[in-house]
Amino acid sequence: MEAVGLWQSAFDLMLGFSLFGLAWRMLFCADLFKSIVLFITFGLLMAIAWVRLEAPDVALAEATIGAGLTGALLMSAFAKLRTLDNSLKSGQPLLPRPRLHVINFWIALLFTVLLTGGLAYAVLSLPSHSPGLSDAVMSQLDSSGVTHPVTAVLLNFRGYDTLLEMAVLLLSIQSVWSMAGMSDAGEVHTSPVLNVLIQLLSPVLILVSAYLLWVGAHAPGGAFQAGSILGAAGVLLVLSGRPLFNLKKSWLIRLMLVAGPAAFIALATLTLINEGQLLKYPVANAANYILLLETLATVSIGTTLLALFVGSQTEAVQQDQSHQ
Amino acid sequence: MMLADILTIILLLGGAFFFLAGTIGLLRFPDVYTRLHALTKADNVGLGLIVTGLAIQAQSWAAAGKLILIWLLVLLAGAGVSYLIANGALARGVAFWKR
Amino acid sequence: MSMLFFYALIGVGLFTLGLLALVVQPHLLQKILALNVMGSGVFLLLVALGGRSQPVVDVVPQAMVITGIVVAVSATAMALTLMLNLSRSSPGAQLPEDQSADS
Repeated sequence: MEAVGLWQSAFDLMLGFSLFGLAWRMLFCADLFKSIVLFITFGLLMAIAWVRLEAPDVALAEATIGAGLTGALLMSAFAKLRTLDNSLKSGQPLLPRPRLHVINFWIALLFTVLLTGGLAYAVLSLPSHSPGLSDAVMSQLDSSGVTHPVTAVLLNFRGYDTLLEMAVLLLSIQSVWSMAGMSDAGEVHTSPVLNVLIQLLSPVLILVSAYLLWVGAHAPGGAFQAGSILGAAGVLLVLSGRPLFNLKKSWLIRLMLVAGPAAFIALATLTLINEGQLLKYPVANAANYILLLETLATVSIGTTLLALFVGSQTEAVQQDQSHQ
Repeated sequence: MMLADILTIILLLGGAFFFLAGTIGLLRFPDVYTRLHALTKADNVGLGLIVTGLAIQAQSWAAAGKLILIWLLVLLAGAGVSYLIANGALARGVAFWKR
Repeated sequence: MSMLFFYALIGVGLFTLGLLALVVQPHLLQKILALNVMGSGVFLLLVALGGRSQPVVDVVPQAMVITGIVVAVSATAMALTLMLNLSRSSPGAQLPEDQSADS
């Protein structure tokens, strides 16, 4: 067992320093495209770090959202930026060195080093054992309606947080829509290989999404991971040039966007009246409530993430059409 | 039981070797096309070996089936995406490597 | 056990590294990446310190981090839209004060 622990420690050290090194290269590299690729790599390594920290739910969310969807967002923004900025087109190292005055740079560096030292001291002076809220969670798990503690926290004990998070998502898509975007950046590349790939992958992605939603009650998974995979399936369809329904005008899309938050608010009101407390489910029905909320939240999260990706891309064109 | 463990170790080490070879190819080969060639071929085999090694240890047939499903999905995605990258590079006129 | 503190320290390092890049790098896309790295650092710190409640891992920080990841991606999407809007009016995707430092 001792040897296994040593290998694991070596792996942890390698992973941690790789994360730091990747972040360093990503943030201080003169080529934006390379930065984005390094960011995606960074997200995937973060997912491994979450597994090492015994947080498989976070690993799933990081791999699909942190690396996958954020990467797609950054790539599409970079492509649009390249149509605006000629210096990005030629592929040469495009960024000048930091334009700050040298003294300002050193002041910033000094401040950062001091801050790092202070924070590190604060972290290391914490007690090495702290029960946190694990006892409270475990003692109440039986009355939550699910057997997976993370889902119990997200949808029951701290359902309030998730309610507000759905509101944040709705707010973000509203603000992206309200800012005039720009016309579609580039031509859509289609090829028979891509078509077959998407025909095979889309149903699988939807199936995986439903599986994650269902399994979240007793194992790692849940609405966020399921929703982000659903969103990723949509992104794949959009990227391959599938004529998806008009993402802004369709009332169906709007309904899907608000389904999650609306269900949360409705249930919060209901429980406030019946139980006298916000989102306090009756124990007998908790499992059903959680499943209902999670299903609608999955749909809303997936639609929101897809709409955020498409958002700015086709906005200007659609506005022109509506003015005519 | 012992035999299964030994088989798993051999398969995992073999998988790691193919991943290593693919990564060295990615780092050392001169252009996009040869790098893709090294990466996809070696990694597909490497993952296949690792999945087989893990499937031997799986608790149930369902778990083993999920592992194999993951491998098939990676095969599909890897093949498709490497074709798309190579095609994109070709369309942009990325030159072939010549000695 | 000590590995948890190692990951927590890596989280601290990522946070301050992101902060430095946020301050010194002129391009807005780099600033957005820097904000994401800062976020990852905070998440790493939270989950690593939540692991101190052995033998049962504290899942409340994990749930917070899952929420945080989703909020981070929506904030990133918004920031990217803002950046594209800005770069349409003034090329270079930089904040005015960074551009004036150039001249």
